[in-house]
Amino acid sequence: MSTDFFIPDPEGQVPTAEGYFGPFGGKFIPEALVAAVDEVAAEYEKAKGDPTFAAELNDLLVHYTGRPSPLTEVRRFAEHAGGARIFLKREDLNHTGSHKINNVLGQALLTKRMGKTRVIAETGAGQHGVATATACALFGLDCTIYMGEVDTERQALNVARMRMLGAEVIAVKSGSRTLKDAINEAFRDWVANVESTHYLFGTVAGPHPFPALVRDFHRVIGVEARRQVLERAGRLPDAICACVGGGSNAIGIFHAFLSDETVRLVGLEAAGHGVESGEHAATLTAGDPGILHGSRSYVLQDEDGQITEPYSISAGLDYPGIGPEHSYLKDIGRAEYYPVTDDEAMQALRLLSRTEGIIPAIESAHALAGALRVGRELGPEGLLLVNLSGRGDKDMDTAARYFGLYDTPQGDAK
Amino acid sequence: MSGNIQLLTKALATARAENRAALVGYLPAGFPTVADGIAAATAMVEGGCDIVEIGLPHSDPVLDGPVIQTADDIALRGGVKIVDVIRTVGEVHEATGAPVLCMTYWNPVDRHGAERFAEELAAAGGAGCILPDLPVEESAGWRAAAERHGLATVFVVAPSSRDERLAKITAAGSGFVYAASLMGVTGTRESVGAQAADLVSRTRACTDLPVCVGLGVSNAEQAAEVAGFADGVIVGSAFVKRMLDAPDTPSGIAAARELAAELATGVRKR
Ligand SMILES: Cc1ncc(COP(=O)(O)O)c(C=O)c1O
Repeated sequence: MSTDFFIPDPEGQVPTAEGYFGPFGGKFIPEALVAAVDEVAAEYEKAKGDPTFAAELNDLLVHYTGRPSPLTEVRRFAEHAGGARIFLKREDLNHTGSHKINNVLGQALLTKRMGKTRVIAETGAGQHGVATATACALFGLDCTIYMGEVDTERQALNVARMRMLGAEVIAVKSGSRTLKDAINEAFRDWVANVESTHYLFGTVAGPHPFPALVRDFHRVIGVEARRQVLERAGRLPDAICACVGGGSNAIGIFHAFLSDETVRLVGLEAAGHGVESGEHAATLTAGDPGILHGSRSYVLQDEDGQITEPYSISAGLDYPGIGPEHSYLKDIGRAEYYPVTDDEAMQALRLLSRTEGIIPAIESAHALAGALRVGRELGPEGLLLVNLSGRGDKDMDTAARYFGLYDTPQGDAK
Repeated sequence: MSGNIQLLTKALATARAENRAALVGYLPAGFPTVADGIAAATAMVEGGCDIVEIGLPHSDPVLDGPVIQTADDIALRGGVKIVDVIRTVGEVHEATGAPVLCMTYWNPVDRHGAERFAEELAAAGGAGCILPDLPVEESAGWRAAAERHGLATVFVVAPSSRDERLAKITAAGSGFVYAASLMGVTGTRESVGAQAADLVSRTRACTDLPVCVGLGVSNAEQAAEVAGFADGVIVGSAFVKRMLDAPDTPSGIAAARELAAELATGVRKR
């Protein structure tokens, strides 16, 4: 069985050699990391042209990850979305439970090629951490995962999974103790251990080449989905909905549709308690261009360029930045981005669970909430594709508290 | 008003003429408060620092270890703003006559506006800027502003920098070159990185700019060791740590002054 892995950048799409998508991207890194980042870029360029790399990765994606992931039509859920037809791209059914494994396996192979023996990664929801720990177990690499202390608490199941897989999980206690701070700490580790260590970055942000490299490893999502939806519905969708934290699952599903101009690309970001409340992670809605974690993109910041603390019920979307390609797609008007509150996402999570028997991750529930809105706009003739980026097992404690599902009181929702 | 790059160059030349290394002390602005930070940095010069770096605290100090992170946190929670940082630079320079640089991350400067930041820093009497996450490739806009306002642009080089990069970086920089003694973030270390001397000599092969070594230096012995091969010794976390460890602010300031005096004897023991 074949899959569609690895057709990097067939559209002649940006970035430039310096890593720019329009005015966004670049490489704002300390001198100590320049050699390492350049090494990643060079190794990736070599790998792209190497059929054995593609063959190895392809084999893993089919026989280990379980690609292609299915496309599921959700008829009962769609009744709540103005009757539009809705298909879910089931990245939740990948091994380890989310889209994150696509990028991780690609970078794990690069790590081996570079001769590095240790991998570090940040994680928010824990899905990137679990995928990384998984690949490190598979390839025999040392693995250290940085995770904000707030996230180690609300995604405790994934902390246990990572440790079961043999990874060291370090709870980061600085700043907002969430994803942003986990990335800071991973960069600090990388500067000190760059000789032996690859930083297996988990989203389409960070310094060049990560935004392009991570995107290329996730393109498979959209390439498969495009073919599947054409087969099943006989036409292209009117819109594609995906949640955006750093933006990897969204860019993964969007990319194969970039030149299909009739297809609306809709990114849903975390509005937390509402954008007007100030407690949110709606970077593209409420941010301005700035530099965070090595690239220029929209960021949530104050007038002095201090990054403001984000908030979302979803650990994977609780990030004050966004990948530079999304900033570019927003500014050129090719993609649209809307905020979704905690409550809208949680209601969508419950709705999908009860209408379809699929419990999504809270991150992915933001995309579902967006689909409910876009579906109502489109009406019964509409055709929607939603990236179901991950499954909800990790979120059951949060959901149980949110909806009062425990027999005995366990305190408030976090 | 033009910035004080000349004063910086002069301070480094004076140290060289005295056959010693210059002592460069770092402290974040607003730590523990804006006024006490000014007093502490002033005390560091009185104790023996030749040059001061005032940190502009950042919410996401990815190149700083726990000590400076803690100080940045205290400063930011205290509400320190860019205007306070500029004022700190100005007052420390005015009180001491020493060259004072600003050290920070690129986003605060970019957000404030490179031109505006350079203009305000120069007007306050600042001597230059160190922006460790602004690589030379991205620095043209900042360097033009700095040059217009008479400010030095100090670049950081690292043990991992290859010779071609050292040439490129040092050609773009001014004032001095900041050589990181080791691969890592700021913080006090037991010993100075063994790679430091090699990095200094490779850097010297590319440029006539003075080369100052920072990261990990915390006591007089280490200062003396570094002074044996570098033009300047940069100390940051050790000052912050003495102040954090002090029971109250006046003794913290006194401790910073004492450390400067100890280090000043170190840089004279070549
Ligand atoms: C299931 C799931 N979806 C989405 C995300 C958000 O990341 P990205 O925007 O890079 O897809 C995460 C991140 O942890 C996740 O676990």
